[in-house]
Amino acid sequence: MTALLTRDLALAIRAGGGFGLGLAFFLIVTVMVPFAVGPVPELLARIAPGVLWLGALLACLLSLDRLLALDWEDGTLDLLATSPLPLEAALSIKALAHWITTGLPLVLISPVLGVLMNLPGPGFVWLVVSLALGTPALSVIGTFGAALTVGVKRGGLLMSLLVLPLYVPTLIFGAEVARRGAQGMDPTTPLLMLAGITAGVVALMPLASAAALRVNLR
Amino acid sequence: MSMSNETAAPKRPSGFWSYANPVKFLGLTERVLPALWLLSGLSLVVGLIWGFFFTPDDFRQGSTVKIIYLHVPSALMAINAWFMMLVASLIWLIRRHHVSVLAAKAAAPVGVAMTLIALFTGAVWGQPMWGTWWAWDPRLTSFLILFLFYLGYMALWAAIEDPDTAADLTSVLCLVGSVFAVLSRYAVNFWNQGLHQGASLSLDKEENVADVFYFPLLVCIAGFVLLFFALVLYRTGTEIRLRRARALLAREARA
Repeated sequence: MTALLTRDLALAIRAGGGFGLGLAFFLIVTVMVPFAVGPVPELLARIAPGVLWLGALLACLLSLDRLLALDWEDGTLDLLATSPLPLEAALSIKALAHWITTGLPLVLISPVLGVLMNLPGPGFVWLVVSLALGTPALSVIGTFGAALTVGVKRGGLLMSLLVLPLYVPTLIFGAEVARRGAQGMDPTTPLLMLAGITAGVVALMPLASAAALRVNLR
Repeated sequence: MSMSNETAAPKRPSGFWSYANPVKFLGLTERVLPALWLLSGLSLVVGLIWGFFFTPDDFRQGSTVKIIYLHVPSALMAINAWFMMLVASLIWLIRRHHVSVLAAKAAAPVGVAMTLIALFTGAVWGQPMWGTWWAWDPRLTSFLILFLFYLGYMALWAAIEDPDTAADLTSVLCLVGSVFAVLSRYAVNFWNQGLHQGASLSLDKEENVADVFYFPLLVCIAGFVLLFFALVLYRTGTEIRLRRARALLAREARA
């Protein structure tokens, strides 16, 4: 398992793609928002939590098609499926690798982008906490989308259509935590719901992902 | 399943499961469909004419209340169509009956149409009543999300060439999607308290819609349910014949 994790991490870093691109995308989306809505500081402060969550979500989504596609093409997935490691575990590891290379950097850079978006002071902690809790769920749900569409040529658009509706609950609770935090309200309830969603999908989603991948590997 | 069944010699399936045989299924639908079309048409005509022309205007909503005869049945069927797809997908995943998954496939476009009717009639009613075509109310929002789930399900069917792979993947998506649709429903409730009134009809409530509106509404609901069954049976038959035609063409190409 650790071998698979280090392999995936090494590939992601060496191939250059996932690591930097997701971050750059997050940065660009955030920079584009003030151009679109105007540079009014109060307005930016108001929409900052939502925009940052949406940017992180899209950055996560865009890197999903690389999650399984390359391993599918060179046959690594077939080897993984026949290895003694359960496919569910292999997919969990792949989701973890995706989170370390995409989600974690997004969490770490989000305070800097919060400054750009004029995020109110108390919001920074809750933004980082909500993203740290929520992005694992995004990676795990995304793995399911990638497993469903791995056999489809140019499946990127299709995967967005399938994955985005599944992201709705995570986005609602995650952005609510950040918003309440920024407005100085108590974010406990949405925070617990977000943590519950993450725990639930981390535990159960790999079963569905592996089922979908087995169908595709048939 | 009881013990005696497991020990007995394998026998031909009887009762409900015998209709997993496409030939038997087609035979049944051909016998049932004319009656279904007739009954659904009849109850829709009766229900809508009764509802539109022979019920009083509401004392607050005026004549706009009459949109209930389209809005409530279509919303009901939009949700139940997804539920039917869920059951059919489960049957396919467990018992591998092709007719079942084809019925799920056939139900999706009908469900989309019902969702759109519900959203559209709701917007038409909302404009004079709430002063807006659209509000981010929990019920409206969850219907929009349901619509997205339908789109994803149909897009996945369309994208995959091998019919059995497509059937398996869409069934898995339907299962996962159902869980997330329920989750979204509660998440959306949490996110925004709504404008939409409570349920018009429920079995466990003392007070429902007034009787003058209630009975024509029941007739309309019956009409929509029958229409849904007729459309799904008809479309399932089309899917079965389409698959058979493809198989015949493939056999001819090989010969």
